[in-house]
Amino acid sequence: MKGEVTLMKGNEAVAHAAIRYGFDGYFGYPITPQSEVLETLEALMPWETTGMVVLQAESEVAAINMVYGGAATGKAVMTSSSSPGVSLKQEGISYIAGAMLPALILNVMRGGPGLGTIQPSQADYFQATKGGGHGDYHLIVLAPSTVQEMVDFVGLGKELTFKYRTPAMILADGIVGQMMEKVVLPEQQPRRSDEEVKKQCPWAANGRTGLRKRNVITSLELESSKMEIINHQLQAIYKEIQEKETRWEEIGLDGSDYLIIAFGSVARICDKAREMAAEKGIKAGIIRPITLWPFPSEAIEKAAEGKKGILVVELNAGQMIEDVRLAVHDRIPVKHFGRMGGIIPSPQEIVDALEEKIINA
Amino acid sequence: MELNEIIREENKVYSAPELLDEVHMHYCPGCSHGVVHKLVAEVIKELGLTETTVGVSPVGCAVFAYNYIDVDWVEAAHGRAPAVATAIKRLWPENTVFTYQGDGDMAAIGTAESIHAANRGENIVMIFVNNAIYGMTGGQMAPTTLIGQKTATTPYGRRVDLNGHPLEITNLMAILDGTCYVTRQSVHTPAAVRKTKAALKKAFENSLAKKGTSVVEIVSTCNSGWKMSPEKANEWMAENMFPKYPLGDLKNE
Amino acid sequence: MKEEIIIAGFGGQGVLSMGKILAYSGLMDDKEVTWMPSYGPEQRGGTANVTVILSDEKISSPVLDSYDIVIALNQQSLDKFTPKVKPGGILIYDTNGIHNRPERDDIEIYPIDAMDATLEIGNPKAYNMVVMGALLEAMPYKLPMENVVKGLKKSLPERHHKLIPMNEQAIEKGKTILKK
Repeated sequence: MKGEVTLMKGNEAVAHAAIRYGFDGYFGYPITPQSEVLETLEALMPWETTGMVVLQAESEVAAINMVYGGAATGKAVMTSSSSPGVSLKQEGISYIAGAMLPALILNVMRGGPGLGTIQPSQADYFQATKGGGHGDYHLIVLAPSTVQEMVDFVGLGKELTFKYRTPAMILADGIVGQMMEKVVLPEQQPRRSDEEVKKQCPWAANGRTGLRKRNVITSLELESSKMEIINHQLQAIYKEIQEKETRWEEIGLDGSDYLIIAFGSVARICDKAREMAAEKGIKAGIIRPITLWPFPSEAIEKAAEGKKGILVVELNAGQMIEDVRLAVHDRIPVKHFGRMGGIIPSPQEIVDALEEKIINA
Repeated sequence: MELNEIIREENKVYSAPELLDEVHMHYCPGCSHGVVHKLVAEVIKELGLTETTVGVSPVGCAVFAYNYIDVDWVEAAHGRAPAVATAIKRLWPENTVFTYQGDGDMAAIGTAESIHAANRGENIVMIFVNNAIYGMTGGQMAPTTLIGQKTATTPYGRRVDLNGHPLEITNLMAILDGTCYVTRQSVHTPAAVRKTKAALKKAFENSLAKKGTSVVEIVSTCNSGWKMSPEKANEWMAENMFPKYPLGDLKNE
Repeated sequence: MKEEIIIAGFGGQGVLSMGKILAYSGLMDDKEVTWMPSYGPEQRGGTANVTVILSDEKISSPVLDSYDIVIALNQQSLDKFTPKVKPGGILIYDTNGIHNRPERDDIEIYPIDAMDATLEIGNPKAYNMVVMGALLEAMPYKLPMENVVKGLKKSLPERHHKLIPMNEQAIEKGKTILKK
């Protein structure tokens, strides 16, 4: 698809992408470092062009519940926030998952815990991939490493969330949110008409057109035997997602002795580290999980065969490393290198960590 | 006169509302919710809004409202109904959207959502059943519980120094520029029921006319929670609730 | 071609916007580009820096250990980034307010009097474009001026387009002040 080539921040690009991919509504609350999403949408005034609704909510909690309401009617809706705000949204996300609704949530992570810092982080990996709110549920979690992927995952997230009626999250770090890159914006896709929404989402609660049977969107079922069935239905969907939607990128795996695993923008820093290591004769390959849930366990297990060790690099104290260790059953050494508090490691630091923790350990 | 001579269409003086399902309700005998449900069902039908109405049910006794009134429903998280309704109305501006909330939902955990939806003047109807107690969870203190009123969490009566004052959230709603109609009604007598129905009709008409937010508070009984007979509960309400929550329009623009 | 550049100075010197215009100019010349700011409290009066990468190929890390070109606009930035110029790389710094001069003989060093030049053309707001001129002159990758002008157009809001000739003039001036 040929679209417009431009230069913009990841956050701004998400706003443009939301309009161009035909979203019906965005509901959000300002928080650094992602306020540009709402600001850009308000500046672009899509309600004048595509008819998309944009609303600054009174709180993170209200914003996610607006998303729940919009999703319940079959419309394509999204919100965005950063770590402390996404914590506030967890109740709503659990309801969206429990009611089997499509919705897209962007988390541009900042360092925590608590109010933390406004600098980049990846410390919400556990929250995003293990559920986050109460109950047995999963989100489809997409981790962009470029501004282009910020745009593409708005489209992919919309597609997947409707396909599986499971909420999807774009889990970005402050780096991809704040950096500017060359980006190709998609051509404008039309929003669905109300009739199309009703046809595509016969389950949605948007009025009993033609006096059809009433639709009720709820996550409540007090009868345990029925609630267990609902849980089994959810698990069946998650299994299908794991089978069909696991995505990852492999970089320089052939002939490598070591494996580096990183997601988001950190994977790009690792790529530079890989080049620098190669100059010293160290052969390392990279696996970049694109979907953090479902996690590319099989790809990692396969890639780990014959390797001397794995370095997991994250902007946290060691979260994804747990999934990596499960994937390789601890058959080879898996070590972690992380920076926290908003500090971004340089490529050289990663080379040093590889040598210190794996090669010379 | 034979029975089948009486049961004739021309002799009909009353029928069950078409949109009210013929199922056993989970409400306690004597509860006000049943009457309010009936009125909502009648008003939607009479205004011809069956195909375009979406209700948002709360957490509280009315959580299962979606099992009784035959329109589309979305069940909201506790207190979030006004936010949910906001999005539905904005995304489907030709639909009629109402919330149905209790005192805990509207005036405690959901105060922010209630006030802000009303302040934005969302073209929705907010139906607020105030029975001064948490019925669903077993009779704990509500934000609207009266001073001295005994509940599971105020076993010796509500005290200002411990629990603060009863919250007149409807009065707060009335001073917001976003509301067009704010009224307080009850359903304890046939006359009161008729007035409440008229109020609900007006609220739904305001929504159709996009005049802003309409709030209909219905001062109600919870005979189970209050531990009284239905009849006694009605008397207690008139005696104790009405002085604090006087009936009538607070705003009608 | 790949140029890994960092521009560092005080907040308010136009460091981020110069980086943005440079990145847009590269984009107009069909290059891959990244613009990575340091943001946060540093935006308010402290040091600000921005990493700009221009490349023929897909760019990996937006965060770097060393640079082909360092532009330092105050002493703090000069001290911090002089050791990070790659051997054979380029260091450009404004002499204004500098008391400790850099000492390295494996790189090309260009002290410039950008502040004086800016005052000469009589427009203090064009300081960063004077520096940009010096950069364009020193950079091995020759960015065509027509694409720089396109970059200016893209990065400035329409209401500021009348300032483009003045910015062009500042860039041209900057090209003349580059001496080893």
